[in-house]
Amino acid sequence: MSAKTVDKIATAVIIALAGLIVLIMAGLLGFILVRGLGHISFDFLTSPPETIKEGGGIGPQLFNSLFLLVLTMMITIPLGIGAGVYMSEYAKPGKITDFIRLIVEVLSSFPSIVVGLFGLLVLVNLFGFGFSLFSGALALTIFNLPLMVRITEQGLASVPLAQKEASLALGLSKWKTIQSVMLPIAMPIILTGTILAAGRVFGEAAALLFTAGMSSPRLDFSNWNPLSPTSPLNPFRPAETLAVHIWKINSEGLAPDAPEIAAGASAVLILTVLVFNLLARWLGRVMLKKFTATK
Amino acid sequence: MAQSGGRKKIQPHIIEEWTGKIYASFCIVLLVVTIFSMVYYVATKGLSTFFQNGIALSEIFGSTNWKPDGEPAVFGALPFIFGSFSTSILAALIAAPLGICAALFMVEIMPKFGKKYLQPVIELLAGIPSVVYGFVGLSVIVPFYRDIFPGQGLGILAGATVLSIMILPTITSIATDALAALPPGLKEGSYALGATRWQTLSRTVLPTTMPALLTGVVLGMARAFGEALAVQMVIGNAPHIPRSLFESTSTLTSVITLSMGNTVMGTTQNNVLWTLALILMLMTFVFVFIVRWLERRAKR
Amino acid sequence: MKKSMLLVLTLVLSLTLAACGQNNNAAQNNTAGTNGGTTDEASASNGGGNATASDLSGSILAVGSSALQPLVDQVSKKFMDQNPNVSIQVQGGGSGTGLTQVSGGQADIGNSDVFAEEKLEAAQAGELVDHQVAVVAMAAVVNPDITVDDLTKDQLVEIFTGKVTNWKDLGGPDQKIQIVNRPSSSGTRATFEKYALGTKTEDLQGSIQEDSSGTVKKLVGETPGAIGYLALSYLDDSVKVVKYNSVEATEENVANGTYPVWAYEHMYTKGEPNEVVKAFLDYMVSPDVQSDNGDVVELGYIPISKMQVKRDVDGNITK
Repeated sequence: MSAKTVDKIATAVIIALAGLIVLIMAGLLGFILVRGLGHISFDFLTSPPETIKEGGGIGPQLFNSLFLLVLTMMITIPLGIGAGVYMSEYAKPGKITDFIRLIVEVLSSFPSIVVGLFGLLVLVNLFGFGFSLFSGALALTIFNLPLMVRITEQGLASVPLAQKEASLALGLSKWKTIQSVMLPIAMPIILTGTILAAGRVFGEAAALLFTAGMSSPRLDFSNWNPLSPTSPLNPFRPAETLAVHIWKINSEGLAPDAPEIAAGASAVLILTVLVFNLLARWLGRVMLKKFTATK
Repeated sequence: MAQSGGRKKIQPHIIEEWTGKIYASFCIVLLVVTIFSMVYYVATKGLSTFFQNGIALSEIFGSTNWKPDGEPAVFGALPFIFGSFSTSILAALIAAPLGICAALFMVEIMPKFGKKYLQPVIELLAGIPSVVYGFVGLSVIVPFYRDIFPGQGLGILAGATVLSIMILPTITSIATDALAALPPGLKEGSYALGATRWQTLSRTVLPTTMPALLTGVVLGMARAFGEALAVQMVIGNAPHIPRSLFESTSTLTSVITLSMGNTVMGTTQNNVLWTLALILMLMTFVFVFIVRWLERRAKR
Repeated sequence: MKKSMLLVLTLVLSLTLAACGQNNNAAQNNTAGTNGGTTDEASASNGGGNATASDLSGSILAVGSSALQPLVDQVSKKFMDQNPNVSIQVQGGGSGTGLTQVSGGQADIGNSDVFAEEKLEAAQAGELVDHQVAVVAMAAVVNPDITVDDLTKDQLVEIFTGKVTNWKDLGGPDQKIQIVNRPSSSGTRATFEKYALGTKTEDLQGSIQEDSSGTVKKLVGETPGAIGYLALSYLDDSVKVVKYNSVEATEENVANGTYPVWAYEHMYTKGEPNEVVKAFLDYMVSPDVQSDNGDVVELGYIPISKMQVKRDVDGNITK
């Protein structure tokens, strides 16, 4: 066989396999959306679930997912950026820095179930936070921190050296330079990364089974006092997120329309992740444009 | 913060600098403390099986007999270890060629189309929750295998199929980065010598990027190894080493999710599950070390 | 030297900060738990239009069995409507988790499918007070294509121990038997083995194990030749129910003791319950909940008040 024929065959194989991936993806998305979209309605998105009757919704679960996301990000972002700044600006090359880098790497590939079990042991039982949004948010923070650190490092590394040096030469302290010069420049990268990380939080279930719990107490959406147990804003109440809800009704659902609810909830979950992805891309583009235009 | 401002009158920008430095260090220390306490707690729990309950190490790692309720109770974890390795290795074997081909397609063959359509599609795959994968696996893949192959449909192959789709994004994105980072001179030289695209790819590009590609595969395997819910739904969960790819078996993660809630903390049954979690954690270290080793080779 | 000093300083500072953070959170947690019910909800309307709104107040945490969770969850909502100052949280997590948490004091009530004595050490179990709130019965179910509709105890034992592997030996079609079991730690499996089989069984090679009733139902319904067991509340047309020793699994047969495969649903408290918990547990067994159109029946359990037979931990039955 001539080299040309081999080349053609190889190219065809590569294109075919790439096509196969698109096909799998399309099939997967199609399957979930076709089964689920029909069930999505305003009512479905806002009403509470029913135990045995038909027509239950996913309102509280959707709210819990979003609220948990906000809580997690409120803890993750400051800590992650701080740690990222340390790694990229303050850490001196050496054994300790190498070691920390190794640790961050290990943490990022920890199985989610191990994080969940640790959460159960330490956050839920030892610290007494109970099955709560707060425990869940802390467990998810453990997951997202390494990601956030890496994103921040990447962002800071993309800042042109000249800009950093100019700022330092003007007599600004290093921290001020990081704060007012470097972080704003790195923002598009950090923001895009953060949104993608947020998508991961949204879909996580294994770790939350053991920390945020599998039930949602009665919520009173007119009560916005974060200390009241029925307030949706109370971080110390147990909360079932959308992903956990799908897991639960798949396994123990008594409602006659449980498969439809699972399908609908899956579709909602996927659509949300899709929105996150699009948002990240759009925001990244917009911010890049803004920064390159002002430069 | 107050400590550092104690001695003399200190310039505001120095205080500011200290605040920043301390804050950044605080974050990193917190990170380190977290992981150490994680290792500590899981390890103490997991090791108590051996010290407190007096189960022999050789029993956990040497026996295929899992009878936590039996008289006497036997805790052989070999079937789970076998299940975890076989599903994650098989998943990597399925996903690696697919992922690397997708990366080649995106970087070498049709960069424009690839960047615009294939990459977002693959990124979206990464965002799909594992619960949904398990749900689709149980409703589509398991019945499919049940109809075509002898057996129950559930088992290693079903688990590996679901996992391979889940780890595809990891492998693809790392492979894409590696291929894109290749100096253009290398390829151009090969083309200038009259090599076809495939010759260039197979003799120059792939060998040079091999360690980086393998890094992606290992990271994918690590993810597959630790995945819990999706696998548990399609693997069948019998505590035995299966006789075929289509027979019910268990992984480390599936047995933990299945039994953790049913056992009481502090009992031997429960402690053994923590031992399995400890094994999972140690495997993460092994995977990270392999990745490090590969990365060092890639740099050379 | 200077650098190491700095490092130590940072460490100390961060640790104190971390400690402070925890204290704060814990304190906040406490206030949320104890005060929340009295201050905030009192100002809310005395919901449900209930004339005899009681002055009970406090919060209850019930954790455990996922089989019992739907019932406790639903009843707790009704109870909270009548006692607006009480807040009840119901968590799943499994019987083991429930017993762990109630015995460790993290939960007020531990929901369990099994007697505490079967899971806990005798000393720990002795501290717990049993409140039986309902009965759940289980039936063997098979794939709808299997023509067998009655299995004796011996036949079931033969199936679940792997002595019989084909339905034709039991008068059914020529089809391999596929067991869909529960994990050995499961309370449902313990009940089924104790009262339907009368013996513990080993996990057979090739048997499927699922912890959740939904998955068991799905797999039994779809897999040719499958057999499993489900609580009565999960039964529907996708699976076929077989009689046990020619007795049908009905509420009546369970209540008069002719159908033996059932278990109590327990709600354990550590020591005698406090006033609020007691009121809730009393409500669980009140006619409001247990009557023919109450929640227990609605959710497919059997009311404890209907039972004409009683059973103790060792399985001894008394009329």
